Amino acid sequence: MSDAKQKSVDVASQQMIEQAEAQNIKIVWDRYDTMQPQCGFGQLGICCRICNMGPCRIDPFGEGPQKGVCGASADTIVARNLLRMIATGAAAHSDHGRDIAEALLLAAEGKAHDYGVNNPVRLREIATLYGIKLDGKKDLEIAGEVALKALSEFGQQEGELRFISRAPKKTQDLWRKLGVTPRGIDREIVECMHRTHMGVDNDYKNIIMHGLRTALSDGWGGSMIATELSDILFGAPNPIKSKVNLGVLKENYVNVVVHGHEPTLSDVVVQAAEDAELIKLAKKNGAEGINIVGMCCTANEMLMRHGIHSAGNFLQQELAILTGSVELMMVDVQCIMPALAELANCFHTELITTSPKAKFPGVTHIGFDEKRAMEISKTIIKRAVENFKNRRKERVVIPQETMDLVAGFTAEDIPYIIGGKYRSTWKPVNEGIISGRLRGVAGVVGCNNPNVRHDFGHTEMVKELIKNDVLVVVTGCSAIANAKMGLLKPEAALKFAGNGLREICEAVGIPPVLHVGSCVDNSRILIACSKIVEEGGLGESLSDLPVAGAAPEWMSEKAISIGFYFVASGVFTVFGTPQPVLGSQKVTDFITKDLENIVGGKFAFEVDPIKAAHLMIAHIDKKRQGLKLKPMMYQNG
Amino acid sequence: MSKIVAEAVIRGSREVFKQASDFLDKAIKEKGESQRIEFPETAFYMPMANALLGVKVETLKDAIAILKHAESLLPQVPADKVWLPYLGDALNAGMATLFSEEIIVALRYLYQQEPQKDCNGFFTDTIMRSLGIQLVDGRMPGFAAILGAAPDNQTAVKIVRELQQRNILAFVGSSVNGRSIIDQLIEENVQMGWDNYIVPYGRDTISGIYPLNWAIRSALTFGGIKPGQAEKCLLYTKERVFAFGLVLGELDDIKYATGAGAINMGFPIIADTDIPEIKPSGITVYEALVKELDHKKIVPRCIEVRGVKVKVSNIAVPVSYAAAFEGERVRKEQLQLEFGGKSGQAFEYLTMKDMDQVVDGKIEIIGPDIDQPEKGKKSMPLALIVEVAGRKMQKDFEPVLERQIHRFVNYAMGLMHVGQRDMNWIRVSQEAFSKGFRLKHIGVILHAMLHQEYSAIVDKVQIKIYTKQEDLEKLLAEASNTFKERDERLRGMTDESVDTFYSCTLCQSFAPNHVCMITPERLGLCGAYSWLDGKASYEITPTGPNQPVAKGAVVDQNLGQWKDINEFFYSKSNKTIEKVSMYSLMDSPQSSCGCFECIVAIIPEANGVMVVHRDYSGMTPCGMSFTTLAGSVGGGVQTPGFLGVGKLYLVSKKFISAEGGLKRLLWMPKELKELLGDKLKKRAEELGQPDLIEKIADETTTTTSEQLLESLQKLKHPALEMDPMM
Repeated sequence: MSDAKQKSVDVASQQMIEQAEAQNIKIVWDRYDTMQPQCGFGQLGICCRICNMGPCRIDPFGEGPQKGVCGASADTIVARNLLRMIATGAAAHSDHGRDIAEALLLAAEGKAHDYGVNNPVRLREIATLYGIKLDGKKDLEIAGEVALKALSEFGQQEGELRFISRAPKKTQDLWRKLGVTPRGIDREIVECMHRTHMGVDNDYKNIIMHGLRTALSDGWGGSMIATELSDILFGAPNPIKSKVNLGVLKENYVNVVVHGHEPTLSDVVVQAAEDAELIKLAKKNGAEGINIVGMCCTANEMLMRHGIHSAGNFLQQELAILTGSVELMMVDVQCIMPALAELANCFHTELITTSPKAKFPGVTHIGFDEKRAMEISKTIIKRAVENFKNRRKERVVIPQETMDLVAGFTAEDIPYIIGGKYRSTWKPVNEGIISGRLRGVAGVVGCNNPNVRHDFGHTEMVKELIKNDVLVVVTGCSAIANAKMGLLKPEAALKFAGNGLREICEAVGIPPVLHVGSCVDNSRILIACSKIVEEGGLGESLSDLPVAGAAPEWMSEKAISIGFYFVASGVFTVFGTPQPVLGSQKVTDFITKDLENIVGGKFAFEVDPIKAAHLMIAHIDKKRQGLKLKPMMYQNG
Repeated sequence: MSKIVAEAVIRGSREVFKQASDFLDKAIKEKGESQRIEFPETAFYMPMANALLGVKVETLKDAIAILKHAESLLPQVPADKVWLPYLGDALNAGMATLFSEEIIVALRYLYQQEPQKDCNGFFTDTIMRSLGIQLVDGRMPGFAAILGAAPDNQTAVKIVRELQQRNILAFVGSSVNGRSIIDQLIEENVQMGWDNYIVPYGRDTISGIYPLNWAIRSALTFGGIKPGQAEKCLLYTKERVFAFGLVLGELDDIKYATGAGAINMGFPIIADTDIPEIKPSGITVYEALVKELDHKKIVPRCIEVRGVKVKVSNIAVPVSYAAAFEGERVRKEQLQLEFGGKSGQAFEYLTMKDMDQVVDGKIEIIGPDIDQPEKGKKSMPLALIVEVAGRKMQKDFEPVLERQIHRFVNYAMGLMHVGQRDMNWIRVSQEAFSKGFRLKHIGVILHAMLHQEYSAIVDKVQIKIYTKQEDLEKLLAEASNTFKERDERLRGMTDESVDTFYSCTLCQSFAPNHVCMITPERLGLCGAYSWLDGKASYEITPTGPNQPVAKGAVVDQNLGQWKDINEFFYSKSNKTIEKVSMYSLMDSPQSSCGCFECIVAIIPEANGVMVVHRDYSGMTPCGMSFTTLAGSVGGGVQTPGFLGVGKLYLVSKKFISAEGGLKRLLWMPKELKELLGDKLKKRAEELGQPDLIEKIADETTTTTSEQLLESLQKLKHPALEMDPMM
């Protein structure tokens, strides 16, 4: 197997990896190789540099130091490091949510004219959840109140986050009993930082239980606010057709890659690209038009709502620039490799940062301002158009690979997709599970990581799951990986799904793998699970459901937070490579064993995607047994 | 695969919508927007549109809005590759089809193109209601809508006979390649009609809307669901109306589209051709669309897919035996032999004996059998004596069980039973005779059925059948004494003479909040259950729908309210009905399920009430026909001023006694007056108003309230002098 094939299972990526090699340009895999062997203390989580008495590290073999200078054990150090990761992940999602809430407020106040209420139905549903009176009020008026309520949840000191009430009652009660119901989003994150300051919380269990609370404030708080308010502002997704992979970059077009996470700017950029003047200018500059494509979760946001093509996932961000066909890459926040700046310099590609929170040295910054969204978008696109003439044709290598997909599934729309206007219902999902046609549901989410063969973890796991009649929902980079493999096409059911799942997919016309959005949209999975419990016949709490989660190629701290809020919600969750906890047997046992008896969910670490899939299947079968469900209708495989 | 189905459905829906749209345009052009449009005898306008959209379509203009809505539901045909989800779309297309079809057939009525030859056309509200009780008591476990034609006439007959044997009502129609099952059955001389459980609706698929817009009305009438509560209506039909579609022969796009509409209602489709199946459940209870290529297996497969609960009784007689044959007549030209009626003397009598006097299953024929009649005669004398014994058997149950002879005998194909006691009339058809039916089979039937239905009180049954005139006369004298005694016993019973009433919640499977209370002087509103029946039913099934309810302390003697009775109403009506007056029309009257024989309605301007029975389809002085009135009375809701009642309650001393009783009755259909005849007269005499009956107006007097008042004044109707009702 060639080097490129070992790095990625995606043919387009293999081609570009080879291109990089040919041009002697170092990219993520090269840097990863250079970094080997990676620091064992870091991997095990037993390195502490929290205070200036350190840095300290615990000897994992038991021969050297077993305590830090302050006396902290490996358990304390591992737990504190883990909590800080949760805090960072939760902060990233939640700050994203806050930005959306602020945009909604500006729109409601009439200060951001390029935004409005695109989904009055959801607006009213969420307003009702917040206890806002609707009588006779206009959309914008309600939107303003919703935005303020949402913003108040960040700084809330007491009580509970409002969306906690959307979980099944039994799950809520358990959280209350355990004291992990989040009070306020910022408060939980701040408390993580306080607890992990030198000499505060030293009990690993106490530390991790607060991690659960913080993670819940992400999943049922910040992330959910981001999802819901984005749906209000930009419209809720509906099933939509699109294409994915580097082949969506077009040779004769001005290619603009929109990379990052938040939809506030990208949504307007999509509209700006349709501007007749700009298209005219593009043509004047020798291009046939303007081609906006997405990368990472920005791609997912634009794909879900507008069907905008996705150029790829996390590990393809450099590869896109390597095609030599990208006039401009516009980035906002999260998962943007610092390497892009230097790489862009090797090509005509202009890298533009837009978030005041995320600047790169030497890179042009065009600060995003919701009040002038369209104007800024046009400015950016104009730069791209004008850059087209700088493209060096001889350096353009665009892989041919593209793949069709269907995306745009949400918890709100699934009943309609199944039952139409008159019989909108979750019942067929529940009955599918109860009757043994469907084994259960799995969420496969998360990032890419050069420590796992690119897309291999996601796609192999998902294929194994659907073969075993597990309906899979995907978000983020996992969604893009599976899309590239053709698993998000409805035809995939015929080729890859077990007989039971195939019958469901054929009846409804859905792919066996449902794209539910970006990484904040994992909150959609929580809502879907709650709806399934509500429909009945599958237990009373989320932990009763025959469901499982996985992040087979996880990389970021956001993935840790997501994992923790799923576990805290009662879902068994498998991570590919281990979280940095193996340096403490106690912490490892606590999160991979003991938590199941406390919250119903727990972690497992398994890098082999097939084995990991079978851990999930075994768990789903265990839950099926617990619910005394019928045996599976079909024996597949 | 089911995408093919979705494509066909969507194409079909577009085709039907276009037909409806073009037809409506034509009608508007020719007759104008304000032209009225309606189905015969219904209070539900276009029932599908009324139930699901809450719209009252009365004119062509109103129909435009329905088609606009239908158009908004029409989806695109899914792409060949990388298609978007199509199930919800196909279901929407199905609904668009039903709305469009309803408009098409209504327009056909406008142009006198419906009902089609030999077909029923639109099913009236009267039919729907009269079937209600059979629905809930399990006599009619399900409905089949058959579309198309069987490969040959024999198969068509076989399929409907199989359905009949299971008491499944079969709506037959549509056609395939120009051939309709209706004609197949006509060619084979199969008796059709409501009494035979085979109802032809029309020869095209579009007229398949009739069974569907009949089914959706049950949600409004029996379910108490308000028009416009679409999802509730559709879930009601899914959960409570056990219907399915059986498609014989190839499916075209319109059949698929109509089928998708039916699936919205929870009705699965079973086809005899090699179609793609839709197996996942949820929209329907089990599979939504299945195939069964073997005609021998197709009826059982339908029953399984719809989850119809059929009681199959294996009665060892040489003819088919099922409730579906109950209404079948034996006409003179089909007659082999008869008993009683105008042609001779006969009687039937059930009596209880001590355990040791009855040999279970013993059937004695004393005299010649039906194959040995007197030369040249087609009639014989008959004394049918049934002797039962049981540890829980009581004298009171005798008449209840005896009355079942009528039903049990009628269930046999080729037998007809009319009347009771010494006024009975039994006919045996030539066909039944030629299949080997003899007198002992009547015994076999009665023995088996009494055991099957009354096993809780009957342990042993023996039957003696006498066919000699001298035996008959001797035995009749003894029986007549008992008949007299029974009348006395029933007559002697009053509400005051008992401390327990019987509830009836049989209809809660259809009207979840409705509770009937049956007292000695007020029978169930369906007319089928008296206090004694309630008592017997409780003995038979102690956990069943008829429960004894102690009256408890009197709350109001005049209104007929008791503390414990009120509490029972409250708890069994799902806490929707707090109190009920058993004797009042105006103050907390009893609710109705929808099965009522008659409706009593206030006529405020004449200070009295009118009553109309189910079979009267004309207008009444309150400005509403029976069906319109029924629409506002059913569904388990209390509606002061309106009351669903059994016919015999009209002649009870407790008939709206709180408002003054029978003296309030101003108007009733002539037929009902005649039906109650002597009983009505007797009651009037008891009230000291022997000429009251002549003062009660009927449709020959008037059907408007203005004229009614005039004629009442002329006749000096006592109600005009009574205290104001309101």
